[in-house]
Amino acid sequence: MLSLPSILQEAHAAYEPILPAWILLLPLIGAAVNGIGAFNWRANKAIPSVVGPAAVIGAFAIVVANFFAMSAAAPHDPTIVSLWTWMAAGDLRVGVDLQFDQLSMLMMLVVTGVSSVIHVYSVGYMREDPGYSRYFAYLNLFVFFMLVLVLGANFAITFVGWEGVGLCSYLLIGFWYENEDFASAGKKAFIVNRIGDFGFLVAMFLVFVHFGTLSFESVFAAAPTTLAYGGAVITAITLFLFLGCTGKSAQIPLYVWLPDAMAGPTPVSALIHAATMVTAGVYLVARSSVLFAMAPVSQAVVAAVGAGTALLAATIATQQYDIKKVLAYSTVSQLGYMFVAVGIGAYTAGIFHLMTHAFFKALLFLGSGAVIHAMHHAYHAVHSHEDPNDMRNQGGLKRFMPITFVTMWIGTLAISGIFPLAGFFSKDEIIWYTGAYGYGILWGIALLAALLTAGYMTRLMVMTFHGENRTGQEAQSHLHEVPAVMWIPLAILAVLSIVGGWVNIPDALPGLPAVHALHDWLHPVFEPARSILEGHGVHAAHTSPIGGGEAMWAGISTVAAAVVVLLTFRALVRRSWKPAAESVEPTGLAGVLYNKWYVDELYDRTIVLPLLALWRGCWRLVDAGLIDGSINGLAAGTRAVGWIGSLFQTGRVATYMFYFVTGVLVILATFLL
Amino acid sequence: MMESFFFLLFAAMAAGGAIMMIASRNPVSSLMYLVLAFFALSGIFVLLDAHFLAAVQVIVYAGAIMVLFLFVIMLLNLGHREDIDLRGHLAKLVALVAGSALFAAVTALVLRGDEASLASEESRMAVDAMVRSRGAVGALAEPLFTSYLVPFELTSLLLLVAIVGAIVLARRRAP
Amino acid sequence: MNLDIENASLILSAFLFAVGTAGVLVRRNAIIVFMCVELMLNAVNLSLIVFSRSLGLEAQVLVFFVMAVAAAEAAVGLAIIIAIFRHFEGVNVDRFNILRW
Repeated sequence: MLSLPSILQEAHAAYEPILPAWILLLPLIGAAVNGIGAFNWRANKAIPSVVGPAAVIGAFAIVVANFFAMSAAAPHDPTIVSLWTWMAAGDLRVGVDLQFDQLSMLMMLVVTGVSSVIHVYSVGYMREDPGYSRYFAYLNLFVFFMLVLVLGANFAITFVGWEGVGLCSYLLIGFWYENEDFASAGKKAFIVNRIGDFGFLVAMFLVFVHFGTLSFESVFAAAPTTLAYGGAVITAITLFLFLGCTGKSAQIPLYVWLPDAMAGPTPVSALIHAATMVTAGVYLVARSSVLFAMAPVSQAVVAAVGAGTALLAATIATQQYDIKKVLAYSTVSQLGYMFVAVGIGAYTAGIFHLMTHAFFKALLFLGSGAVIHAMHHAYHAVHSHEDPNDMRNQGGLKRFMPITFVTMWIGTLAISGIFPLAGFFSKDEIIWYTGAYGYGILWGIALLAALLTAGYMTRLMVMTFHGENRTGQEAQSHLHEVPAVMWIPLAILAVLSIVGGWVNIPDALPGLPAVHALHDWLHPVFEPARSILEGHGVHAAHTSPIGGGEAMWAGISTVAAAVVVLLTFRALVRRSWKPAAESVEPTGLAGVLYNKWYVDELYDRTIVLPLLALWRGCWRLVDAGLIDGSINGLAAGTRAVGWIGSLFQTGRVATYMFYFVTGVLVILATFLL
Repeated sequence: MMESFFFLLFAAMAAGGAIMMIASRNPVSSLMYLVLAFFALSGIFVLLDAHFLAAVQVIVYAGAIMVLFLFVIMLLNLGHREDIDLRGHLAKLVALVAGSALFAAVTALVLRGDEASLASEESRMAVDAMVRSRGAVGALAEPLFTSYLVPFELTSLLLLVAIVGAIVLARRRAP
Repeated sequence: MNLDIENASLILSAFLFAVGTAGVLVRRNAIIVFMCVELMLNAVNLSLIVFSRSLGLEAQVLVFFVMAVAAAEAAVGLAIIIAIFRHFEGVNVDRFNILRW
């Protein structure tokens, strides 16, 4: 009997991308128009309000159309659209090629979808900002580069997108550049990213040396046969790629830029530093799954770093008072989860969590943006200079901002992994697989980090929305809910946070229909890597390291998370905090966590200061001393030679006569000898 | 035989006169020694069959130029013995070395040169024949007024310029 | 080593030239220096005469011209010395050294 899938496979026509170039062009044109607006018609807010979101919504529409076309056609191999040849030099041929396959389609949906929502939100959030046009120009440009990144069919085009999103991140973090701290945060992001980019570049060079091409299709097809499994070359390539990922996706050791990046406008934090750019590293590992599957050492490194980062960031988040910083460390932690997943070979689980995380983290950031927006207005109205971001200044906001309150609780429950919200399914799948593949330690760390996540997110909600309001009597009267243009996106994301997990429901859970939509969708992309892994004896068991099946542990984790939420709520809701101006810095272990384990200070001491000293030395010794000195010395030497020459000009006839005689003697000598 | 004797005599006079000229402290004495050297040279010119030039040497060099020098010495009242005139010991040593080196170099060149470099018998005979037929003066006049007429005229122009220049340069400026 | 009158004259000419050079190097009186220059010219004249015996009478024409030019030069040079004397109150060549760097 023919099964439905095989009939579908035979019946379809080949997948033809619909308007592929326009997916990229619309955001680019939007960026150009808004850019011109930033210079020429700065006072006009109407044009960017329309052009900015419209460019991305238009791109989203085209992507959706392509999604339906692709799901109808269900192709096995990627479709490559070649736009033009970028470099043809010697053996190197790099084309501007776009790869349309299931993975890039999914990433595009997430990027354009969440971007559209955030663009609409920004119309409300940035309304009063003088740099309105510039903001939308940068944001559209970011979307363009992100799409280039996920659509790239070779390492070079992906790298162009990689660098481009780094640039836009820098521009947007330092958006309010007059503030020197914000501008420095932008610089920090760019510089730390650069270290990662170096890794990416070295990996590209190694790939080219060993494969002669940079195109994904060719490299991944040739890799299993050309390179030795677990050999030095493949390990080097993947480790350098992962270095790039630690930079872009804020893992240990290069995560330090992400918390500082909260200096940018909140929609930027939502889009770039939660939903899209920081996921680029996960995407890269997933895309290069074949290479990573061949290098077990690298896989172990990826998983270990991911787990370590997840735990470290979760501990720091428990003691932060800036609402955005909590969310920033939460993002770093959740990215760690994604890397654990792709590190152990559960690629679909990693991309699943990427998708759901985009939903609920964007929701949480936009919600915090609503809170900050309201607080900012309130403080502005009473001419106060208190920090609107600080949760110690908030409290009891559920009375004033009910919609934000509800949506943010949905986001919090989703990220804590409470059934049946999105985070439960994706996070649980990762935790389950760490156990099923036999990584006991990783499994324990993942569980612990999940509990910490539930804890600090509840703490955030309690400090912000529950209890009594600490904003101050006068300011309080100015607190109100945000306009529709801002809470409608919150609502959309809340709905997605609820249903987003239902695309992949494991078989083992009783009473629920087994849905493999995501798994089947991504199967053709990850099949080569999975077959390599299975060929080397990696497969999932059905029980965890300490016994019990998937259903049991899913139940245990969600119940444990719910318990943590309730206990934290009970413990904190009665506690009263002082407003930020009157608070003291925590001490002891809390102080260490508050100070982020002093990692920034460590980097400063060990890396930044020695480098600065080296540069200063280079300036003083090499540039001013050696180079300037040698040039000046040359001039001085010339002058000295001239002075010596001038000694011959005595003005006395006798001296000159002597020179004549000497010369004549020399000439005569040449005749004699 | 006689030729050698007279040559050595004149050579000694010339060499001695030259040395005394540079060694003497009194300018007038130096001048006189130089005149002696010129006369000796004139004699050597005769021995070398350049009779006309010997005469010209005496008339022009010893007779006119040296007299001019003497006039200037007298005019500027420089006829006294001055010790400052001669440089110190280092200069004398340098001059001695330089002069000796120069002399040695040229002498070596002269003595190394073989017969062939100093032309053949034929040209020597031709010169002799020329001198014998036209006389010393005529033999010189022949190329002077035919091949070298232009330089000859230019020389006269040169002398005119020299006269004018000397007058202009030595003129006392009006205060 | 053929020491006939011609070679001997050339050696004498070299000697006179060397003496003239040494004189320029060792004397400070401008007029004496000038006389040494005249001596050098005469040494050259002597060597020219020697060569004319074997190479043709053009050399003697040259001697003639040298003498003419030497006369002109002596006139002008002495006029200059007179003019300098008025300026420097003496003819010490060591004091005529302002034409330097």
